[in-house]
Amino acid sequence: MSKPLISVRGLTKVFGDFTAVNGINFDVAKGESFGLLGPNGAGKSTTMRILAATSTRTSGTVEILDKDPEKFGPLVRAHLGIVPQEDNLDGELTVTENLFIYGRYFGLPKKFIKAKIEELLEFAQLEEKRDVKVQALSGGMKRRLTIARGLVSEPDILLLDEPTTGLDPQARHILWDRLFRLKEQGVTLVLTTHFMDEAEQLCDRLVVMDKGAIMAEGSPQGLIKQYSSKEVLEVRFGSDRNKEVAPQLSQMCERMETLPDRLLMYTEDGEKLLEQIAAAKLHPTTSLVRRSSLEDVFLRLTGRTLIE
Amino acid sequence: MNTGIDVPQIQRYGALYIASARLKSMSKWKAIIAAVDIGNPLFYLIAVGVGIGVLVEKGSGTSGTNGIKYIAFIAPALLANSAIAGVMDETVFPTIEGFKWRKLFFAQNATPITGRQIALGVYLSALCRAIFSVSVYYLLLIAFNVVEFGSSILLIPIAVLGGGAFGAIILYAAAKIEKDDQFFNILGRLVIMPMFLFSGTFFPLSSMPIYLQPIGWISPLWHATELGREAAFDYGISNLMVAVHLTFLSTLVAIGITLSMRQFERRLAK
Ligand SMILES: Nc1ncnc2c1ncn2[C@@H]1O[C@H](COP(=O)(O)OP(=O)(O)OP(=O)(O)O)[C@@H](O)[C@H]1O
Ligand SMILES: [Mg+2]
Repeated sequence: MSKPLISVRGLTKVFGDFTAVNGINFDVAKGESFGLLGPNGAGKSTTMRILAATSTRTSGTVEILDKDPEKFGPLVRAHLGIVPQEDNLDGELTVTENLFIYGRYFGLPKKFIKAKIEELLEFAQLEEKRDVKVQALSGGMKRRLTIARGLVSEPDILLLDEPTTGLDPQARHILWDRLFRLKEQGVTLVLTTHFMDEAEQLCDRLVVMDKGAIMAEGSPQGLIKQYSSKEVLEVRFGSDRNKEVAPQLSQMCERMETLPDRLLMYTEDGEKLLEQIAAAKLHPTTSLVRRSSLEDVFLRLTGRTLIE
Repeated sequence: MNTGIDVPQIQRYGALYIASARLKSMSKWKAIIAAVDIGNPLFYLIAVGVGIGVLVEKGSGTSGTNGIKYIAFIAPALLANSAIAGVMDETVFPTIEGFKWRKLFFAQNATPITGRQIALGVYLSALCRAIFSVSVYYLLLIAFNVVEFGSSILLIPIAVLGGGAFGAIILYAAAKIEKDDQFFNILGRLVIMPMFLFSGTFFPLSSMPIYLQPIGWISPLWHATELGREAAFDYGISNLMVAVHLTFLSTLVAIGITLSMRQFERRLAK
């Protein structure tokens, strides 16, 4: 395998006496799409800011394109496209002015940026808003513009911190498609998300983070295979009865998770399990058989759901 | 990889990119800036020229002001004060905004631009504003016949230096504070106002009780005012004092900028 584009070892970040990132390790290969999946406060954004060569670390080593981002910030950032979790566009400037000024910070020639802007307006579907002040855009439009802005410099690595938060389902799917195309062009993607479908769609490989630590690493399918069964049967008996029947049900499957409103039963064959339950004269008010997802992996690893 | 990115070039000129972006932002407020920078001097020149100045001269003639017309005596102070006000507007506000309200600095820092360059860029653009404010003021002084065109042109760089000295320190303070709720109040009432009143603005510092004079000694306004008076009308201060004033102001610039650049870098890297 060729040398990874990003290499992180023992990365730790402490704020005061709080450890936000606690000794994590991972590599990202060129052209790969790599995800950090985790709940609020897991340390995803903190990690991303360090990868972005904007924030300093407390300990550990980080190499991006063979350089320590802390020592060679400008050189590293010249290759990065950074999409922060919180939009920090200049609301007083128009859409095109925002893109233009950002491009200038990379020292790019005016002519190049002007041509690039046309491409990016199309990318972000903001052609009609080109001369509108950013403060007059909707949240989703701002998000798209922030992503487009990260592409002005034609980065080798695109760092996306919750790229689709605030986008409607259609815009999300369009964005996934665009990101996929960028990946095909050889751009390396690193993204955070707490949407498991997004992680499954976009990531070749991901780490599951919780409380500053990495709980597991692998491809979405690999993780599901490793940490969950093929199918999940979700049953509800009403919040009081759930607890009552739980002991009996847990005998019938490989593993069970008791959530406040429902029971998740892990099995290779959901339909068959449901028949068994009916045969035992337990009648759930609702039931649903589905494939295992990263959500289940997360639940298994942390005992908590991803989206509270 | 984009081949058009010339990092050494950005490392050399990054601060100018930031300054030019700031100037562009300022230009969106040009009507207001012009109104303030023309209106403010007009009020002073009229109030002092036809009001207070006449009263002062009726009382003590020009003996208290080394034989200088009262309005002319205070003109260098007003000029330096206008530089200070201009620099303050363009450092404090954009800095708090850049770190906190709109987080624009974080966007700028996501490019090859560094925190140090952002600090310097903000500062340079604030100096541009001071140059504008002071030049307008100077033209009005000429128009109102308060000073004569000639060596008095030195009033412009002197006032800008005074504003720059104050601005460098205030830039650091603005980057340092994280809770901004009382900052503007404290700055306005406990810094700007006393500085304006006790810096030998309206009467020579030496005519104030000795225990109040230290306010003037540490005030960039006083140093710039003294230099300005000397430049405009041979006020009669020694070369040594000229050197002291220049050294004091340049030292503040150097210290303020050094601290600011470090603070910007640190705060962005949190
Ligand atoms: N500047 C800071 N000062 C102090 N604590 C911080 C700072 N930034 C982050 N933290 C803390 O570090 C932890 C991780 O935060 P981080 O933003 O990395 O989480 P996240 O995984 O991105 O969460 P989310 O999904 O909500 O965006 C949180 O507990 C947060 O409060
Ligand atoms: Mg986050």
